[in-house]
Amino acid sequence: MAINMNLTLKVWRQKNTKSEGQLVSYPVSDISPDMSFLEMFDVLNNQLINKGEEPIAFDHDCREGICGSCSMFINGQPHGPKKGVTTCQLHMRSFKNNDTIVVEPFRAAAFPVIKDLTVDRSAFDRIISKGGFISINTGNAKDANNIPIPKLDADMAFEAAACIGCGACVATCKNSSAMLFVSAKISQFALLPQGQVERKSRAKNMVAQMDEEGFGNCSNTGACEIECPKEISLENIARMNREFFIGNIK
Amino acid sequence: MKLDSKIPEGNLEQKWSNYKSSIALVNPSNKRNLEVIVVGAGLAGASAAASLAELGYKVKVFCFQDSPRRAHSIAAQGGINAAKNYQNDGDSTYRLFYDTVKGGDYRAREANVYRLAEVSVNIIDQCVAQGVPLAREYGGMLSNRSFGGTQVQRTFYAAGQTGQQLLLGAYSGLQRQVGLGTIEMLSRHEMLEVVIIDGKARGIIARDLVTGKLERHFGHAVVLCTGGYGNVFYLSTNAMGCNVTAAWKAHKRGALFGNPCFTQIHPTCIPVSGDHQSKLTLMSESLRNDGRIWVPKNKEDMRKANEIPEEDRDYYLERRYPAFGNLVPRDVASRATKERCDAGFGVGTSKMAVFLDFKTAIERYGHNQAVKLGISNPSDIQLKEFGKKAIEEKYGNLFEMYEQITGENPYEVAMRIYPAVHYTMGGLWVDYNLMTTVPGLYCLGEANFSDHGANRLGASALMQGLADGYFILPYTIGAYLSKEISVKAISTEHESFVAAERNVQEQINKLFAIKGTKPVDYFHKKLGKTMWQKCGMARNHKGLNEAIKEIREMREEFWKDVRIPGSKDELNQELEKAMRVADFLELGELMCVDALNREESCGGHFREESQTEDGEALRKDDDFSYVSAWENKGDGKYELHKEELIFDVVHPSARSYK
Repeated sequence: MAINMNLTLKVWRQKNTKSEGQLVSYPVSDISPDMSFLEMFDVLNNQLINKGEEPIAFDHDCREGICGSCSMFINGQPHGPKKGVTTCQLHMRSFKNNDTIVVEPFRAAAFPVIKDLTVDRSAFDRIISKGGFISINTGNAKDANNIPIPKLDADMAFEAAACIGCGACVATCKNSSAMLFVSAKISQFALLPQGQVERKSRAKNMVAQMDEEGFGNCSNTGACEIECPKEISLENIARMNREFFIGNIK
Repeated sequence: MKLDSKIPEGNLEQKWSNYKSSIALVNPSNKRNLEVIVVGAGLAGASAAASLAELGYKVKVFCFQDSPRRAHSIAAQGGINAAKNYQNDGDSTYRLFYDTVKGGDYRAREANVYRLAEVSVNIIDQCVAQGVPLAREYGGMLSNRSFGGTQVQRTFYAAGQTGQQLLLGAYSGLQRQVGLGTIEMLSRHEMLEVVIIDGKARGIIARDLVTGKLERHFGHAVVLCTGGYGNVFYLSTNAMGCNVTAAWKAHKRGALFGNPCFTQIHPTCIPVSGDHQSKLTLMSESLRNDGRIWVPKNKEDMRKANEIPEEDRDYYLERRYPAFGNLVPRDVASRATKERCDAGFGVGTSKMAVFLDFKTAIERYGHNQAVKLGISNPSDIQLKEFGKKAIEEKYGNLFEMYEQITGENPYEVAMRIYPAVHYTMGGLWVDYNLMTTVPGLYCLGEANFSDHGANRLGASALMQGLADGYFILPYTIGAYLSKEISVKAISTEHESFVAAERNVQEQINKLFAIKGTKPVDYFHKKLGKTMWQKCGMARNHKGLNEAIKEIREMREEFWKDVRIPGSKDELNQELEKAMRVADFLELGELMCVDALNREESCGGHFREESQTEDGEALRKDDDFSYVSAWENKGDGKYELHKEELIFDVVHPSARSYK
């Protein structure tokens, strides 16, 4: 059985959006390799509360890798060193005894820090509200099997739709670009017959909002695809560029 | 108080369509002046909010998460049922209705369940039109699978992420309305009180979780879509933030709580690995289609799973239930597992786990594949390789998740699983219109008590959430709002708003004033342990009475010794937790009171005193064929109201899986 670990955490502490933050060191001991990274934070937080200090604020909810809440930048990588997992699914067996682990928030101009490791990602919601939908009211739908959809198209749409909106792509990009996120939603609808009606306006409107929120342009390095916990493909960005181009033809 | 379920007259098949066409309508110009508050943005909340806004109402939506896309509906894996009969295997509205009533062990309302089955088909149409990428066949048609032991294939799915895709569909509808300005979305806001004026729900008090500011919001009606309360057990498959607070505040203001003790324990979850455990992760029910569940025949058998030969294994589900074997319903499977572990046959370091083994399936699929490929003399290595490939195609993402969490490779060694709290069938009592006993206060989705009786079938939670939100509430709320058109928006300076805000403020001040020694988690874990041991998979008279006493003591200790760091005027996650745990500490007691009252075993509720000679659940229809609706009388006192269940169409019979 693997032995428990002693670790040093360097965690970003920032009181609120306006104040300045800094890295603060915390020792944690007797960490089981079976703990998740967030459970290790629970241990640290209860330790801080017992000492009369303020616990570290961080976003988390489902703790099974699907809600997209958790958002830590661990040793220079969003969601830490393991490929294809979110922070909540990262387990301490990925670290070694006596490691020092640096934990920062997802940083981007469009993701202001709210407190400690908690950031405001509502820019994503505003982008969706500009076109990340099909304009159909409840009750008007035809039978679901009326339009056959090739399995390959449906599968590709699903792969794009698997994005959890965590913002890792933005956090890792040196331009803080949200193109992987935006393109995943545009692709999902571009690949489906139901999405064709609003095709021309969708990419145009969503990209305009993306720019307005202060996200940068694609850096072409592909870091987003590598760090995405759901392994959303870069192909989506190429598809978005095509959709954007089509949207701008008069 | 007299309970009126308001079930419409007429034949079961015609009730909904007749009623729907007779509900009073609201003129479009009046709709613009009617405001509706929706609390919670999961499947029920998002779908209701979008649909109401499309109709023209002014809608405000609240959620505690940073975005409505994060609600825990997103984590549902398996699928959504609908009586489409696309597979031509004889499915129908009636069969889905019948299966749901029977699966719920005859503790649900016939009329509600029939309506649910009826609108199930519209949900699939709506979702596909929204661009939800459900799984398809090569011919381009939607794919179905059978789920939870049903005999027809009626479950629609999107890999193991059906909840995610359906929620993102509802979320897209909601965000569209936000963009159009018909919905005001307030994320990172938690409802902490319902405001009642002249006996009607007229608004809420919410806390802005970022600034800590308390806000007053008016609505002509309030709709709670705030999910289940499984986190009363501390460890459950719920998200960390899932809570009962909104529903509980409503309960304390007069909404009756229905069947609080009906909890679903899911048989296949990853076992607890230590005291640090913060939540439990489900392994989809579909795994039981191919996995075999067993424990060693000998308690002292310390060999690894692979080294234990067939003759020393006890496949206890196959032994006890030869007809259904590993596919018995969730409640039956969970109890049988508990029985073996309690008797000392559990495996792993905690001894609170059993094996879910794919060895037989890997061999079987291996042979099938060898035959397909025309290999007459396959080697063992080849067989294993073929078999693993087939298993990977079916369950790849689940096997990966298991390995991620446990560090063990389930293709090589048997999975270890144990039951865990998953869903709560109980919730606020609602009538046929989904209105609680407080006029103008509605409750949808998992937060209400209706439709699933004492046990929910797999793939039915998503169906109910979306049925309530897309196709039921938008109609039924008209019956109430059509009479409200002359009511002008009430000022939030009204004394009831002021008083409600003061209540909340006082509770917060009180929490900070304690300056105790123990963090909130200490109390939550302690409560969870008592609930799990004494109001969990099996309950008895003695244990429930002990639990009630323990919970009261915990509550007292909590209000004397909890420590809340930081201040109230900022993002304070410990304060958020404390407010939720304070309500769980009251709800837990009511669950035990309800379990104590229900001296029968039905669905997920198993009273040890009520079982057959061979240890199966014994339902008592003569005495307990009713919904328990509890009225909060203050100071931990509750009064029981009964809604008798009348079965006109389905005749209750004993469930047997032998």
